[in-house]
Amino acid sequence: MTKNPIIQIRPRNGKPALPLSEISFQDRLAESGLRLRAAKVEILQVNVGKLCNQACKHCHVDASPTRTEIISRETIDHCLDALRKHKIPTLDITGGAPELVPDFRYLVSEGRNAGARAMVRHNLTVMFEEGNEDLPEFFAANDVEVISSLPYFQARQTDAQRGNGVFEKSIEALRRLNSVGYGTDGSGLVLDLVYNPVGAYLPPEQKSIEADFKRELAARHNVVFNNLYTITNMPIARYLDWLRSSKNEDAYMQKLINAFNPATVEGLMCRNTLSVEWRGNLFDCDFNQMLEIGVAKNVGQKIEQFEPSQFEGRQIMTNSHCFGCTAGAGSSCGGTVS
Amino acid sequence: MSYYEEDDLHNFEKIGRHAPELYEKFMAWYQACQEDGALSKREKALIGLAVAVTIQCPYCIDAFTNSSLENGSNMEQMTEAMHLASAIRGGASLIHGVQSHNAHDKVSM
Repeated sequence: MTKNPIIQIRPRNGKPALPLSEISFQDRLAESGLRLRAAKVEILQVNVGKLCNQACKHCHVDASPTRTEIISRETIDHCLDALRKHKIPTLDITGGAPELVPDFRYLVSEGRNAGARAMVRHNLTVMFEEGNEDLPEFFAANDVEVISSLPYFQARQTDAQRGNGVFEKSIEALRRLNSVGYGTDGSGLVLDLVYNPVGAYLPPEQKSIEADFKRELAARHNVVFNNLYTITNMPIARYLDWLRSSKNEDAYMQKLINAFNPATVEGLMCRNTLSVEWRGNLFDCDFNQMLEIGVAKNVGQKIEQFEPSQFEGRQIMTNSHCFGCTAGAGSSCGGTVS
Repeated sequence: MSYYEEDDLHNFEKIGRHAPELYEKFMAWYQACQEDGALSKREKALIGLAVAVTIQCPYCIDAFTNSSLENGSNMEQMTEAMHLASAIRGGASLIHGVQSHNAHDKVSM
């Protein structure tokens, strides 16, 4: 079965490491007669740094309050130049908690001025950090699409993954977002939630669990939102640590491999997204960024070197973690892909 | 060594070595039973979990616990399903107590 085993380095100690896999992702693609090539870049996803007010157990960024890596104004300006020059339709801002970066609001407002749709991956609780109390109003004023992780509509599961007390704060933050119109009918202000499994299993069918969230959050907490995206936990970084310590790594990888779905490949986010690191380096996705697997060597490596014609059709860099995006209905920053 | 091996759950297909056609027919039936139909996949996974606990099959309990989670059930719902199955099993024992009562009444003044 193993045609081209991947060399693995088991120790991690906070360093990038890949999950063990008995078959390479490239081999599985080839078996299905598929190649993974980039389409036109439609989304510039800027990871503004690893600083976060939380330290979630599944975090693929290893983000935490002790991290110091954050984007500079100079790198932000390079990203804005790329948005303007190449008319990239969407700016997707992620972290860490992006709002903790000093130039976060500059990036959002100038990104909007550049004509891009702006999405922020907002962890909800950061709203209660000093200086961020007016985030709902800021988001609304800039017509930002807010995408927030809430792994479950109950406290036990949410706190188990994201930390004690996070659920209660998250609900309060959602109410504040609702109060300025987010997620409510007719406001035009989009509030989407992200579900990911609290453990070593695959997410349920997206529409089914979305209906549960809508019913339960409305009934229990008087909270509304637009869409729920299901995301598969990526077996890297802190989640890989948990898989290993709980002795779930082998079974989880087998589950991902067994659930490989060729129909997901065309819609994978790496095909139309370009990921920018806090230092301006370019990656095919945020996961590759954390693994330090850069874009193909025959294209520019920094955001200031980005040329659309060069990047369209490039080979996407893959490894064993990619099975995390092709399992079942697939997984992306926008939920399922097939 | 235990008679139950966790890996055997993933080796189920080996049972097809000596009777492949029967195994294929079984798997087609087994998988079709779990698809969305008049009942949802989620409801079927909960039924599967309840039955698994009732027949005390460790492989089935493992499989249907995961299946229930992956179809969106939570532990409160899964535990209620297991209680119902166990209560029916308990009730099935207890109702046989009526036979004991009948036997007692027959031989008693």
